Amino acid sequence: MLKRLDEFKIGETGLIKKVEGEGRLRRRLFDMGVTPGATVYLRKKAPLGDPYEITIRGYELTLRKSEACLVILEVEDK
Amino acid sequence: MKRFALAGNPNCGKTTLFNSLTGSTAHVGNWPGVTVERKEGTYKRLEEPVSIIDLPGIYSLSPYTNEEVISRNYILDEHPDVVINIVDATNLERNLYLTTQLLEINVPVIVALNMMDVLEKANASVDEKILEEKLGVPVVKVSALKEDNLDELMKKAYEVSKSPREGRTIISNKDLLHLIGDVSIAFKGKKVENPLFHSIKLVENDEVEVKDHSDLLEMVNEFKKTFKDDTFGEDFEALIADNRYHYIADNFANAVKKPEVEENEAKAVKMSKSDKIDKVLTHRVFGLLIFAAILFIVFHLTFSENLFFLGGLFSEVAPSFEGTIYEGLFWTDGGINSPGVILFNFFDMSFGAIIDAIRGALESAPAWLSGFLCDGVLTGLFAILGFLPQILVLFLFFAIMEDTGYMARVAFILDRMFRKFGLSGRAFIPMIMGFGCSVPAMINTRTLADDKERTATIRVIPFFSCGAKLPILTAIAGGIAMAFGFHHVDLITYSMYVVGVIVAIIAVLLMRNTTLKGDPAPFIMELPEYHWPQFKALMIHLWDKAKHFVKKAFTIILASTIVVWFLSSFGWNWHMVDSMSDSILGSLGQLIQPIFTPLGFGSQLGAFGWVFAVAAITGLIAKENVIATFFMLAAVFVSSSNPEIVEIVNSLIEAGEATEEGIDEAFIMIAGTGISWQGCISFIAFNMLTIPCFAACATAKAELPKGQFKWTLLFWLAASYIGSACIYSILSCFTRDTSRLAWAIPVTCGILLAAAAVVVFIVLRNKRNAKKEANA
Repeated sequence: MLKRLDEFKIGETGLIKKVEGEGRLRRRLFDMGVTPGATVYLRKKAPLGDPYEITIRGYELTLRKSEACLVILEVEDK
Repeated sequence: MKRFALAGNPNCGKTTLFNSLTGSTAHVGNWPGVTVERKEGTYKRLEEPVSIIDLPGIYSLSPYTNEEVISRNYILDEHPDVVINIVDATNLERNLYLTTQLLEINVPVIVALNMMDVLEKANASVDEKILEEKLGVPVVKVSALKEDNLDELMKKAYEVSKSPREGRTIISNKDLLHLIGDVSIAFKGKKVENPLFHSIKLVENDEVEVKDHSDLLEMVNEFKKTFKDDTFGEDFEALIADNRYHYIADNFANAVKKPEVEENEAKAVKMSKSDKIDKVLTHRVFGLLIFAAILFIVFHLTFSENLFFLGGLFSEVAPSFEGTIYEGLFWTDGGINSPGVILFNFFDMSFGAIIDAIRGALESAPAWLSGFLCDGVLTGLFAILGFLPQILVLFLFFAIMEDTGYMARVAFILDRMFRKFGLSGRAFIPMIMGFGCSVPAMINTRTLADDKERTATIRVIPFFSCGAKLPILTAIAGGIAMAFGFHHVDLITYSMYVVGVIVAIIAVLLMRNTTLKGDPAPFIMELPEYHWPQFKALMIHLWDKAKHFVKKAFTIILASTIVVWFLSSFGWNWHMVDSMSDSILGSLGQLIQPIFTPLGFGSQLGAFGWVFAVAAITGLIAKENVIATFFMLAAVFVSSSNPEIVEIVNSLIEAGEATEEGIDEAFIMIAGTGISWQGCISFIAFNMLTIPCFAACATAKAELPKGQFKWTLLFWLAASYIGSACIYSILSCFTRDTSRLAWAIPVTCGILLAAAAVVVFIVLRNKRNAKKEANA
């Protein structure tokens, strides 16, 4: 099942299929390791529900909901 | 001299390595983006000394923020002899992504596998032979912190620097390589250096590259049309990034060895440790409260004269040390002193004793000599040096927050709130650095990607009251406490800091809604792991701070106080004057005094009210000057034989509020000028908000986009004048003096109405604009 990162619940894991967006923002996401094929684990959300903290490629990355919605992932059906 | 450049991801230990190699004391911290300028040092343990260049951290060679441009340009344009690529061994995958790009440049590269000590602690190991073989460059395991193997690294780097290296790429997709090859022929034709690197970046659609070589872009796009990948289509950015990460995963998955059985266990322990801390500190509900509480405790431990508000409990049993040299050191009427205050008192008392001793020794010397030494030089100088311990205590707490990794978490917690004000959470870090010193804070705004956000942040950084403004806060707050019987110096100080932050928020809101409109920049940041603060790093940081502060005290501030002493002791006829009001400074001060009337420290004060105006103006050179001038003028004030002042001082001594030796200078000024406490607060606010010191202005001019500096100066002037006038007026509503109430209440109502009108205007306009956009 495909899902956007901003729809994830805390503790959910997925495999990146596609990264949308354009220009510098997208480039930055790639440089930080957010590329198709990487596994993402949603660790937590900040006190006000945004931004998110994810584990990707063995480190912790924080990004906003508005950036998270650009990332489309494959998650296992329950 | 050969030049070795240090390049690597942010927070991978470049600056720690730089400090270890060169013996420097550059600032290190546990968050990405500490280094934003290139720094140079010398390494001397080779056959010839070599120059080491510490570059800002980068995730890739496609720059995203301003400080990353510095690194890219240095590596490409300045031809270092070797690039030492520092790779965090605990996070190989992302770190090697940059390595794959560095290898494409025609420059000798050597990889330093850093943080080996952390890895070994976790019983893991890396096979550097596998890395060496695949990457084709030497790989050396080091620990920058423990200084392990650094000489070996430098020896190999020196070897490598002797022969040039041709750039090569790890991209293996045949069609892609073909395309890159064709583009690089075109680059070679143009005689561009590093054709391979530039052609890959151009195919990647890199922003800088597209701008620099727009003539080749058409050709590249022609080529691209003939090319189609099955999964990525024409998305070359994604394709190349994917190629790099695939290469790393395919080749180096086996390079890291973690003990099989313990792997899960070790991971679980590590995860839960950082997680447990995070669960509390970034808790959904308590995260923000904990942050506010931590800040309050920091200020409380630094400034409080009633530690943990236990004063009442111990007032009967605590030893007062009356009559001994310890009197007032640990204990005042209010309660137990905080560590910061104990240190301050200790310095203050020692300096007081020194001045008195000198004054005694000079009793028979001419009046001008004693006046010059004691009032002109020592009082001002000691006034500033006395605050050093308190500043260091405050900095120690901030350094701990930085070094543990908490600061980055605070940016994470606050992002949502900051976005409401039109900034990203990342802007929080330079702002809180502003509590230390505005200069590095303004430079650190380079980590912000958006220019408008940068400008807004630089403008409000001075409102985060810096270390040099701290004496103004504490001294005047102390004076208020004595003169008006309000014994919570820490509360006054803490609330003044809060006032600065509130004004900053209002200013950012206004700017981001009017002159600096724009959406907040994206917030994509690495969160470092928590670790215990490094004692050595903390001490280096404090030592640096102390050195800088003492140097400044003995140069700029000493010179300014001497000038101010001269101007306040001599009249226009170059003779010493009896009353300060007749001095050169006095007559000039009286000229500008009326300007400050709406702020509460202008014409309504007595004959000596102009000292406030003069003190504020000397602060433009360095903020320490405000209090240095203030104290020096107080000393001149007391030692002058003016009958009015003698009367005031005598009455204070009689009332038991002051002793002949230990007269509090701020208190004297408050009592002598008859300023109200509202005026004192307004004076602090004015100095906090006005044009910062000379050094900060120069930095702002350099960091701001062209043409913004003059508006920024105007902004600071307006903010301080209007801000403190509002504060004075609002506070004046809390007085029993009916003649002041008569104007204060209507003016305050006017201010509140005007503020409400501005808010309504902005909200309405935003709504209308949103509608317009929706319609469009």
